[in-house]
Amino acid sequence: MSERVVLVTGGSRGIGLATARRFQELGDRVAVTYRSKPPDGEDDPLLCLRCDVTSQSDVDEAFATVEERWGPVEVLVANAGVTRDGLLLRMNEQAWSEVLDANLTGAYRVARRAAGSMVRSRRGRIVFVSSVVALLGGAGQANYAAAKAGLVGLGRSLARELASRGVTVNVVAPGPVATDMLASVSGDRMEEIRAAVPLGRIAAPEEVAAAITYLASPEAAFVTGAVLPVDGGLGMGH
Amino acid sequence: MDNEAAFDKFKTCTVEVLQVEPEKVTLDARFGDDLDADSLDLVELVMALEEAFNITVDESELEGVETVEQAFKLVSSKA
Repeated sequence: MSERVVLVTGGSRGIGLATARRFQELGDRVAVTYRSKPPDGEDDPLLCLRCDVTSQSDVDEAFATVEERWGPVEVLVANAGVTRDGLLLRMNEQAWSEVLDANLTGAYRVARRAAGSMVRSRRGRIVFVSSVVALLGGAGQANYAAAKAGLVGLGRSLARELASRGVTVNVVAPGPVATDMLASVSGDRMEEIRAAVPLGRIAAPEEVAAAITYLASPEAAFVTGAVLPVDGGLGMGH
Repeated sequence: MDNEAAFDKFKTCTVEVLQVEPEKVTLDARFGDDLDADSLDLVELVMALEEAFNITVDESELEGVETVEQAFKLVSSKA
């Protein structure tokens, strides 16, 4: 199989970086976006682009750079995300909007930018990285859960819109994963989370990356509009 | 640009995006019935025309546009 052009947003660490590395192992040309700090690595074939997905001009610039270097993006992984947890009664509109803007509208921005060339070339793969809380809900995560649930509706709508052009759109819904995002959770809370997961542990980022690369693979050509949980059974299929 | 040159350009775009025979792109051709275009084809065509003619077309202006003639009039009124 010829190497593909892959773009992973939020690819400087965690699930995004693990996904980028896995695509590289498969022989693809991979670009990642980061907001504050590029991933470590000298002489790295990874193309690292500073891009805040809340900025349309940043998004346009990142895509233009990839296109200039390698051509149009054939596989898009919309992974960039932020949290601003808090109970609803203490969640101001800014905390709400920031999370929606980065996690949901950010995915819209990159998908919209990527879809044009995918439609024209009659192929492409889009994977949205959602979360188990999208469908389970999460106390203290109303903004994050709403944004992540929004990705399911976004993904399935795009799956329908783009199906006739051979472009598939899917969603991965990870449970707790050992990343910086989870590192801020207290020890007691971590024990609670672990206890709630039937498989009794936290996932490695590579385990989510494997699901994403599968959905982007030729073997997954007949899979579209799916929500694939990678959550140790926490959501039991939801 | 005179009208004929503009229509040639319009036709080139249409042939390229919709993958149809040039002789099918007549003024009275209907995008859906005669040119076999679906809604996504039309979106692609509008984007290609916007680029070719350096214009922007608002979604609301596309309502009721069903024939090549209607679309060409809309485009040439802006170019």
